[in-house]
Amino acid sequence: MTTYKKACYDLVVIGGGPAGLAAAIEAKKNGIHHILLLERDRELGGILQQCIHNGFGIHVFKKELTGPEYAENFIDELRDLGIEYKLDTMVLGVHENKTVEAVNPQEGLLSIQAKAVVLAMGCRERTRGALNIPGSRPAGIFTAGTAQRLVNIEGYMVGKKAVILGSGDIGLIMARRMTLEGAKVEAVVEMMPYPGGLNRNIVQCLDDFDIPLLLSHTVVNVYGRNRLEGVDIMKVDKDRQVIPGTQRRIECDTMLLSVGLIPENELSVDCGIKLDAVTQGPIVDNSMETSAEGVFACGNVVHVHDLVDFVTEESRRAGRSAVDYIQRKTTATGVKIKVVPGETVRYVVPQLVNLDGPDMDFEFFLRSRDVHDRASLVISLDGQKIKTIRKRYLVPGEMQHIKLKRKALPVCSGGSTLSISIV
Amino acid sequence: MICVVCPVGCHLRVSADGDVYMVEGNQCGRGKVYAINELTNPLRTVTSTVKINGSPMTRLPVKTKQAFPKGRMLELMSVLGKVELKPPVKRGQAVLKNVLDTGIDVVATKTCLDNRV
Ligand code: SF4
Repeated sequence: MTTYKKACYDLVVIGGGPAGLAAAIEAKKNGIHHILLLERDRELGGILQQCIHNGFGIHVFKKELTGPEYAENFIDELRDLGIEYKLDTMVLGVHENKTVEAVNPQEGLLSIQAKAVVLAMGCRERTRGALNIPGSRPAGIFTAGTAQRLVNIEGYMVGKKAVILGSGDIGLIMARRMTLEGAKVEAVVEMMPYPGGLNRNIVQCLDDFDIPLLLSHTVVNVYGRNRLEGVDIMKVDKDRQVIPGTQRRIECDTMLLSVGLIPENELSVDCGIKLDAVTQGPIVDNSMETSAEGVFACGNVVHVHDLVDFVTEESRRAGRSAVDYIQRKTTATGVKIKVVPGETVRYVVPQLVNLDGPDMDFEFFLRSRDVHDRASLVISLDGQKIKTIRKRYLVPGEMQHIKLKRKALPVCSGGSTLSISIV
Repeated sequence: MICVVCPVGCHLRVSADGDVYMVEGNQCGRGKVYAINELTNPLRTVTSTVKINGSPMTRLPVKTKQAFPKGRMLELMSVLGKVELKPPVKRGQAVLKNVLDTGIDVVATKTCLDNRV
C-alpha cells in the first residue's frame, strides 16, 4: 500500500529557479504566508547556477551580476522571509483541484493540497534527435547547456576542438567558455541568415576570440566511431535548403548544440492546461493565470525569455495574482479578450487580457518574425490603433517588452480582440 | 560598434576629433566609457571557476571585480587554474588580490559554507 504524506498550503510553487523564487517571494510580501516551493535539483537557483557569466540584473538590480549572484540575492531573500522549500523533490503531477503530488528521498510520496499553484518549471534544450542530423552516433555531442553544467558545476572539460551548431546565447557563451578553458572552437554554425543570440554575445564571445560565425550554414553529417572526429557543413539558401557543392569537413572532437529551448510542460499538459502552439507554453491571461483556474505560470515555462530580469518581473506578477486569487479579490470568471500577434509578430504573451482581473497595467512580451531596422510596434483594439511604440532595431533573437496603461484600453467587451503588429 | 556592457546592446557610433571622442547611440553613460575604452584599452569582465575542496561543490564561480584588459584574459585563466580554495567562502570575498599586477581583484560570485551546496 502506498502511504502518502499529506499537507495543505495556500500556495505551492513548482520550480526553484528565478521564476519560482520571484513568484514565492512576491506572494509572501503580498500577505500569503503558507507557501511551499518544490525544487528537483539539490540547490535553488535553477539554470542561473551554471550561468557563471555576467549580464544578469540590469533591470531588476540596476547592476550587472553573474548568474549565481543573481540567484543568491533571491535565495537569501527567500530564506530571510522564512519561505518553506524542499530540494531533491520531483513533482509527479498537478491536478485541476490543485493537489500536487511529489516525491523525495527523505519523505517519500507527498500529496499537497494548495489553494493556488504557480508553475515555474522552466525549459529544456532541444536535442540532436529533434534536429535529425544523419551520421554515426559517437560520443562528444552535447547540448550547450549540458556542456555548461559539466564545465561550470562539475568541473569537467568536454573536449579540445569544438564546433557549435546554432547561435543561441548559451552556445555563444560556451564558445567563449571553452576557448578560455583552452579548447579551440572551430566555428559556430547557424542555419539562419542572422544570429540567434544577443548582439553583445556575438561581440564578446566570438569576435573577441576570432571565432568564425558561419551564417546560412548547417551541419549535414557527423563522423566518428567512438568519439566524434569531424562534421560536414554546407551552405543553405534563403529557403534553408542546402546548396550543392558547398560541402566541407571540419575536424573536431566535440559538437555543442544550441538550437533552441522548449518550455517544459509535461505537468501542465497532464493537468489539462491549454498550450499555445507557437510558444509551446500555457496560454495565460495578464495575471499569468492558465486555463486551469487558480493555476498560474511564469518564466520560461510560459515562453523562452532572453533576459532573466523579464522572468523576474513576469513571475512577480504571477505571485501577486496568485495572492489576489487566494484572497478572492478577483473573480476567476472575468471577461477575457484575446490578444493576437499581428503583422510579422511571431507571438504575444499574455494571449488573453482579463478585463475584470487584478488592477495592474498591462505588459506584453513579443517576438518579431524578421529583422527590422526602425519600425513601430502598434497595439490595436478591433482594428483601431491605440498605441504606437517606435523601435530602432527589432530582431527575432531579442524579445520586446511593452506596456499599456489599463486606462489606455478603451471600453470593450468579451468579443473584442487586441492585436500587436510591427509596421 | 555594439556596446557589450549590458544586454540592451546599444549600437554606438564614435567619432574622434584628436583626443576628444564623441559617442552617439548609447542609452546610458557606461556606453560612452565603453566606446572610448574599446578604442584605447579594451576591457572585459572575466568570469570563470576555481577549484574548491572540502565541499559538495567542486568548482566555485568567480569574476574579476572590475573589467580586465582583454589581451590578458588567457594569462588570467592560467593563474586561476592554480587556485584551490576551502570553505567557507563568502560571495564578494577576494580570491586573488591585484591579479597580475593589474590592480584588479578576483572575487567569489557564490557563497560556499561547509556542507551546504
Ligand atoms: S549604452 Fe548603456 S544601456 Fe546601452 S548597452 Fe551600453 S550599458 Fe547597456
